[in-house]
Amino acid sequence: MKVVIIKYGAGNVRSVLYALERLGVFAEVSDDFDVIRTADKVIFPGVGEASSAMKYLQEKGLDKLIPTLTQPVLGICLGLQLMCDSSEEGNTKCLGIFPQKVRKFPDVMKVPQIGWNNVFDLKTTIFNEVKENSYVYFVHGYYAELGDYTIAKADYIMPYSAALHRDNFYAMQYHPEKSGSVGEQMLRNFINL
Amino acid sequence: MLTKRIIPCLDVKDGQTVKGVNFLNIKEVGDAVELGAQYARDGADELVFLDITATNEKRKTLSSLVTRIAQHINIPFTVGGGISSVEDVSVLLNCGADKISINTAAVKNPTLISDLANLFGSQCVVLAVDTKFDNGEWWVYLNGGRVPTTIRTIDWVKEAVDRGAGEILLTSMNNDGTKDGFALDITRTVSEMVNVPVIASGGAGIMDHFVDVFNEGKADAALAASIFHYKEIDIMDLKRHLKSKGIDIRL
Repeated sequence: MKVVIIKYGAGNVRSVLYALERLGVFAEVSDDFDVIRTADKVIFPGVGEASSAMKYLQEKGLDKLIPTLTQPVLGICLGLQLMCDSSEEGNTKCLGIFPQKVRKFPDVMKVPQIGWNNVFDLKTTIFNEVKENSYVYFVHGYYAELGDYTIAKADYIMPYSAALHRDNFYAMQYHPEKSGSVGEQMLRNFINL
Repeated sequence: MLTKRIIPCLDVKDGQTVKGVNFLNIKEVGDAVELGAQYARDGADELVFLDITATNEKRKTLSSLVTRIAQHINIPFTVGGGISSVEDVSVLLNCGADKISINTAAVKNPTLISDLANLFGSQCVVLAVDTKFDNGEWWVYLNGGRVPTTIRTIDWVKEAVDRGAGEILLTSMNNDGTKDGFALDITRTVSEMVNVPVIASGGAGIMDHFVDVFNEGKADAALAASIFHYKEIDIMDLKRHLKSKGIDIRL
């Protein structure tokens, strides 16, 4: 099993690496096209700002590569947002794997949302052995709207997409690598796809 | 629903956890990683590691500790204690810290907050404020509460949030170590003033103190050290108690 975490200078990949290590999976961090293409599983993490992250992906040509991947791909946090159509953060055109738009939470509650929130209406095998309304850890000021590809919902100010799935592409707005044993189960399910 | 967070704090010296009473008389209680992992299993929502090592070896011991924490602990954690530069923060985040907290260095050089927020994002910048009530006003104190300033706490918090601080860790020195409860008034004032989460700290003694700081103090999270270290309160019992009082909690 070869798992590759896409390296693109957006935030901390170390915690994803360590979470996989705790599952006995030793991943490689790379931005090399051949390494990414030949991986069994690809993880697309990210913490940071959407427009600068997209700019970096474009400089490396990764914006062209990622949508063409055929093995299971998992976007995490900003990774999910970049896999959507566009983001209000810096008015950014994103990868368009999911048709959703990413919007800023209105300032009627504290923004960003930081902490543990429950996820519900869970679909697909990525949530095997995960209970409805399990708590996972979120840190985000922007959210993906609900849509046909929503496979988990969360509610903060309004219901939104906590996870998305289309073909071989999966994405989670929360941090499974920081969500205790529940998050580890989701990562295990992804690795077992 | 987004839940209120319970955050055990581990004061660390040379990789071991310690806890002071009123910031003095430090007593060691065990290995930091082991204790942190135990808290995570017990239901802690996040952890804070506050490094109080004051030797030249500090940077090395702290980065190796942070690496070990990141390898073994599956919930978010913040690292603080003497962090004073972009370089310090970069090293700790690369070792796997989710957030860092800054205190004295930010007061001395407020640009540090903006620099960190721009480089790494507000989500990882926690502003720690040690505050003390004196002469009818809450003031900012520095260097672990030893050095007074003439800065009003509410002014400083407002400026820090404007500069990009993503969370406020507010410790009342009047309450810290007393076990008489959190400082509800300043916690509420700060929490209602800013649009970022406020972590209340200092004074937890019994479970109802947490009920009060969430209901009356409007805190988003509550931090405590000694009551968890000395097992005076079990984290799971505390969370069940909070839930029974109608507070949104992850169980």
